[in-house]
Amino acid sequence: MSVQAADKLKDKFGDTVLETIEFRGETTVVVKKEEIVAVCAFLKEELGFNFLTDLCSVDYMGQAPRFMVVYQLYNIGTHARLRVKAPVEESDARIDTVCGVWGAANWMEREAWDLMGISFNNHPDPRRILMPDDWEGHPLRKDYPVQGPDREPYQGRTE
Amino acid sequence: MANFETMTINMGPQHPSTHGVLRLVLELDGEIVRKATPHVGYLHRGIEKLSEHRTYHQILPLTDRLDYLAPMHNNLGYVLAVEKLLGITNEIPERAQVVRVLLAELTRLKSHLVWLACHALDIGAMTVFIYCFREREHIMNIYEKISGARMTSNYFRVGGLSADLPAGLEKEIRDFVNSMPEHIKTYEGLLTGNKIWQKRIMGVGHISAEDAIDLGVTGPCLRASGVDWDLRRDQPYSGYENYDFEVVVDDGCDTWARYHCRLKEMREACKLIHQALDKLKPGPILADVPKVVLPPKQETTNTIEGLIHHFKIISEGFKPDAGEVYVGVENPKGEVGYYLVSDGSPRPYRMKIRPACFINLQALPKMVEGSMIADVVAVIGTLDIVLGEIDR
Repeated sequence: MSVQAADKLKDKFGDTVLETIEFRGETTVVVKKEEIVAVCAFLKEELGFNFLTDLCSVDYMGQAPRFMVVYQLYNIGTHARLRVKAPVEESDARIDTVCGVWGAANWMEREAWDLMGISFNNHPDPRRILMPDDWEGHPLRKDYPVQGPDREPYQGRTE
Repeated sequence: MANFETMTINMGPQHPSTHGVLRLVLELDGEIVRKATPHVGYLHRGIEKLSEHRTYHQILPLTDRLDYLAPMHNNLGYVLAVEKLLGITNEIPERAQVVRVLLAELTRLKSHLVWLACHALDIGAMTVFIYCFREREHIMNIYEKISGARMTSNYFRVGGLSADLPAGLEKEIRDFVNSMPEHIKTYEGLLTGNKIWQKRIMGVGHISAEDAIDLGVTGPCLRASGVDWDLRRDQPYSGYENYDFEVVVDDGCDTWARYHCRLKEMREACKLIHQALDKLKPGPILADVPKVVLPPKQETTNTIEGLIHHFKIISEGFKPDAGEVYVGVENPKGEVGYYLVSDGSPRPYRMKIRPACFINLQALPKMVEGSMIADVVAVIGTLDIVLGEIDR
């Protein structure tokens, strides 16, 4: 089911679909970020992926493009899952919001901004969500130290 | 001269009915809520960040601390995701699967008991709170016998379970579950016919099926809006396809419907626990995958191979293939999912938790705007949020 959806997406959007990956029975479609809203709207309206399960981002530091925004979709009618990913460059870490397609994206995108520093164009409420408003930096980035800023990493027991 | 100004008040983070550290900024027009803005993050511990620096086995205790009212479910979702990533989903022994379902449903009962207790207490029915916590105490004692901990169980393992059930526990669980229907009747006796209870929750916190789907609401909150969707039936895991249970759906869309939905789910959970106990047969509790699963203690201390395996898995961890998986399970509060990205190293490259409460809470403004401030308390109760999971 998810594979057919990926094929249909390819038929409709052609070059926008960069890659289709199959792993452990899960289908992932990588699409260009410029078309993300159109792709999501098509998946929702035409292919029935009416439920946005989750939206997050992954930092592939050292690779280009550095970030990947990940959308986990679900079809409540057929129970099919599909994962859509859109690469985002570090120099232009922004992508269009999908809040207009699924209302659920609102807080998820705020979280992606807060923790990963990806901004969402036209987002209705672009504030931080988990970290304090005046926090500097985006903790889930790979170059953000796990012990927090301005602190020495834990050295183990020294005696 | 009439004054049309609205008043803004803070509800929380230190407020008895915000179930932890939720802060709501309410814009009030008299007693009517015009705008509600939830502020979360007071309990953020960076569990996703921490996971990137731990081996797959070491992450398990962190998952207990998400939804601490249903720790076994968090463990279950996580181990299922890792097992899928490793490709060993079909290797899990029968007994481990049955015990997982047994404890998952016991946890559902436990979580729903806390929901009912707090929901009723918030609205003023204190007796129900005491009764529910009395029953919950039994489940905590069972937890303690199984895992040594009352709340942070950390009991499931990648590949099976950390230990077998202690002797005699099956009878104890069965006795407890046998007593549950009578207890549920008591709660209903105290609440369902109660005029105050009815007036406080009927028609309150209305959310239609379309809005609920749009806002990503899952679990009993979605099913009480008439959407027939339960991952246990629709994407079965741990052998749920072999159990006979009803997915409770109600199309009332309000707090009253959610109340009935969860009560019926408690009854279904009892049914499932009985079925699991019937299915429970002696057998191995860990999969036979030496690269991933810790060898039995006997082997670790008596054979050199066992010792090496143990040492390798503890010190280095196991290395799944590079790739990514998403697994969602039906928590008592909704769909909790784990998205794992592996780069072939012993630590996950990225772990994203799909928190059910975080996304359900997003529906709160929609449910309270335009209603009375007292209804906010009822709606927070009916959403059944746990801040540990919201803030991660």
